[in-house]
Amino acid sequence: MSVSGKSVLKRLDWFSVLIYISLVFIGWINIYSSTFTEDDPSIFNFASLHGKQLFFIGTSAVAIIIILALEANFYERFSSLFYIISLAMLLGLFVFGKTIAGATSWYDLGFFNLQPSEFAKVATALALAKYLSDIQTDIKRQKDQMISILIILIPAFLIIPQPDPGSALVFFALIFVIFREGLPLYYLSIGIMVILIFILTLMFGTIWVAIILGLLLALFLLLKKPSFKVPIIPVTLIYVAIVLFSLSVNFVFNSVFEQRHRDRFGLWLRLEKDPKKLEEIRKTIGYNTYQSEKAIESGGLFGKGFLEGTRTKGDFVPEQHTDYIFSTVGEEWGFIGTATVVILFTLLLLRLVHLAERQKNDFSRMYGYGVISILFIHYFINIGMVTGVLPTIGIPLPFFSYGGSGLLFFTALLFIFLKLDANRLNELT
Amino acid sequence: MRKILLSSIILLVGITFIGRLSYLQIFSFSPNQVLEDPAIKAVYDYPERGYIYDRNGELLVANQPAYDVMVIPREVKPLDTLEFCNLLGIDKERFVSQLKKARVYSPRLPSVLVPQLSKEDYGRLQEKMRRYEGFYIQKRSLRYYDTNSGANVLGYISEVNEWDLERNPSYAAGELKGTTGIEKEYETILRGRKGVKYIQKDRFNRDIGPYKNSTLDTLPEQGKQITVTIDKILQEYGEKLMTGKHGGVVALEPATGEILALISGPTYDPALLVGRERSRNYSKLHYDTISKPTFDRSLLASQSPGSPFKTLNALVALQEGAITPETTIHCYNGFYVGKRKRGCHCGGGSRNLNSGIYLSCNAYFAGTFRKIYDQYPTSAEAMDVWEKHMKSFGLGTFLGYDLPTGRPGRIPNKEYYNRIYGEKRWSSSTIISNSIGQGEVEVTPIQLANMTAAIANRGHYFTPHILKKIGAEDISIPEFTEAKHTTIDIKYFEPVVQGMAEVYRKGTAARLQIEGIEIAGKTGTVENFTRINGVRTQLTDNSVFVAFAPVDNPKIAIAVYIENGYFGSRFAGHIASLMIEKYLKGEITRGDLEKRMLEKTLEEEYAKPYSGQPFKINERVW
Repeated sequence: MSVSGKSVLKRLDWFSVLIYISLVFIGWINIYSSTFTEDDPSIFNFASLHGKQLFFIGTSAVAIIIILALEANFYERFSSLFYIISLAMLLGLFVFGKTIAGATSWYDLGFFNLQPSEFAKVATALALAKYLSDIQTDIKRQKDQMISILIILIPAFLIIPQPDPGSALVFFALIFVIFREGLPLYYLSIGIMVILIFILTLMFGTIWVAIILGLLLALFLLLKKPSFKVPIIPVTLIYVAIVLFSLSVNFVFNSVFEQRHRDRFGLWLRLEKDPKKLEEIRKTIGYNTYQSEKAIESGGLFGKGFLEGTRTKGDFVPEQHTDYIFSTVGEEWGFIGTATVVILFTLLLLRLVHLAERQKNDFSRMYGYGVISILFIHYFINIGMVTGVLPTIGIPLPFFSYGGSGLLFFTALLFIFLKLDANRLNELT
Repeated sequence: MRKILLSSIILLVGITFIGRLSYLQIFSFSPNQVLEDPAIKAVYDYPERGYIYDRNGELLVANQPAYDVMVIPREVKPLDTLEFCNLLGIDKERFVSQLKKARVYSPRLPSVLVPQLSKEDYGRLQEKMRRYEGFYIQKRSLRYYDTNSGANVLGYISEVNEWDLERNPSYAAGELKGTTGIEKEYETILRGRKGVKYIQKDRFNRDIGPYKNSTLDTLPEQGKQITVTIDKILQEYGEKLMTGKHGGVVALEPATGEILALISGPTYDPALLVGRERSRNYSKLHYDTISKPTFDRSLLASQSPGSPFKTLNALVALQEGAITPETTIHCYNGFYVGKRKRGCHCGGGSRNLNSGIYLSCNAYFAGTFRKIYDQYPTSAEAMDVWEKHMKSFGLGTFLGYDLPTGRPGRIPNKEYYNRIYGEKRWSSSTIISNSIGQGEVEVTPIQLANMTAAIANRGHYFTPHILKKIGAEDISIPEFTEAKHTTIDIKYFEPVVQGMAEVYRKGTAARLQIEGIEIAGKTGTVENFTRINGVRTQLTDNSVFVAFAPVDNPKIAIAVYIENGYFGSRFAGHIASLMIEKYLKGEITRGDLEKRMLEKTLEEEYAKPYSGQPFKINERVW
């Protein structure tokens, strides 16, 4: 234990650790700024949000020490147990859950609200890696494909009714792990196809989707090699299926979606053509995004300076210390600040891909991909939303956003992988 | 392939984000963010507008406080409405409707509940205001006039409109701005510079402290006081004489070009356009299309000058060698234009320059005019010379004085007549009316006064101006302090001046002499026409008079133009004479003359064209 304890610090990937520390530090600075009031500038006031976040950072540091101190194979061995516990906790929310802002997503532990969906992300990543790395699992088998997908879907479906569709969405990112391990490409193709047709139908309508698709098909038939035999019936069936799906999109959009969802899509895809009405929608339904975009824009190249963000001080961006924390970076630190954060995330994710690929142990590699998938989807959707590239989906920015459970379990997610990586040479001996 | 896919996606997303951020923060970034930022409110601190003094240091325009009762609807607590309405001096319905209006505008922001309380109401209200939550009193500064005259020349201030806002970013909505007269011309000096405080707001528009610790804030810069060239006593006296008469009176100091009085009749009390009744009074004045009180006739009424213009024709003829003072022309109680005879009031006989002027002989000046044209082979060439000389007196063009309105008048030129009659199809006979100041030539009263000043100075003038001092400093604007020379040699002025002096001694204005002051002047009786239901109808002649005094060391040059006043020596001559006496002596010795001017009005005359009945013109009034 003492020998491996020494070696873990030596073999730890300090590059990743350094980026992690930078992100947590920058994040806290911005939480401090967005929750700062002139009356109470003290840092160590645990009644204030930035004080609480400082406490969570301390807790995370303790968690890191524990995670690094434990045996590496502890995580693999107990992954199924963690998964079952996390499902139980998600189920328990239906009975004991605490409701904050309309979502029953927390357990009230008195000093701290625990969000089990954050824990479930770690547990699911572990469980998926465990299942896929099992010698008896063959990803080419349809049954095993289904089971691995089910591992992802169960927690996701337990989270949707909280309601927290954003967090549920995160689990779908884990499909990428299965894909990396050999899930046939057509799963991904179908997924991309579905999203594409959904968007195209909303933008151009079913008729145009059908016509354009038909024209593409005709073009293909004209240009194909004479020797290539087209399977007429399946192609026709696929075509019909697509058109039917396109029709169902209209139905789902108009009848199943709520008005606020429709508005979000309408805003994102610019479905409203009248520029005046669009501007109106941006300022009402798209209020959060509009304000955050304006805050980021007003920062300019160099930003307004630490604690000088006028829109931040005026609380113009709602939820600025949680999901919209990136707008504080934009306003106070300008393009220099935002670009730095994007670069740090990009470097961390690329580094993790590198680390995952060098794992000799299948479990470590698959878990590594799970970590990357989860961090990436958070980062992608959050910054996409805050900068107005993606529709509003409320999920936090890892290591950055205010929130105890989030920081703690993102830290655990990362450091379990770093521990596995540090241990990779021991596996061989 | 699957191994690099994820890395590629990560890189692609990173690049996309950097692209999006550079679009937002570098390309869409606007440097005016302090003004556009909803989180920063600029609160302006308005300096007091500069006072205006007359040439002797007498106060003309100052400021007075006015008190608006403001309301923030959200903060209003239940109150004794009846008692409060009594205090405010409004009825309950008005109170309720105003409150509702304010709430519709914004529940969080202040609105005006009752504008511009009087000082007395303010005094009663002030101590009780604390009891009414959500209401407070805001002080504003309004103009105060220490005179009831000079409305048009002083001008007024009013709220800036959208056009001003677009053109000049230093104004904000609701601010006041000089709109006419001196207030407009010297707006930037009088206004000073407003101070600004930047306040950090939250999204509910509540103050949460100063922005950047007030480092960007500025203090207001006081507006400067100005001294104008107007003589308050003369201005007030002139306006009193002009009661019931339409026309313009301009008095200048020939040695400097300073405007001593600028009177337009009818006028109004400048205080009418201040305070609660402002908009009602304004519409009343603005829609009075018969007497047009807001139309500054002294600067804008472009009309035939009549006989005073003869003096200039005499000067041009002398300069061109067309006549000498001794040249005589015989008057047969008129003169001929082709076969048409034009009349003359001089009594007939042989006229030279001197008697031509003091008896205002039309035949003499028609002959003189012809002689000028006979000097040149073609009428066109003669016209060019004539035009050049006339324009050197500041006629036919904007004078360049420092007031915001004006007309160029008209000195016709050869292009003008070519257009009307065709090239070479006109001659001196065609345009002979110009010789006696009728015809196509047009001047404004201030041009007429300036021309008189040029004669008084024997050949030069200073551009008329209204500004004398900024703060304590005399102006040094070359445009106003450097003499403008006419194209007539000094030696030709004396005979003309002597003729004008004879006007008072034994000519058309012999009864208007002032004991102990030698005056030179010239009467004018100007035919004029209007259209009534499309029919050209002659009205009673305009009464015109120009004069300067004393003849040898002129202190005042004056032009009086009275619409439909008949003979020049009547209304215009009387007013000119009285004003000269008032200015030079400080008192009036001829009480009967003054009494007549104060009592006689021309209202009846002005009503004639609107009566719908046939009417007589040029009736004897006294």
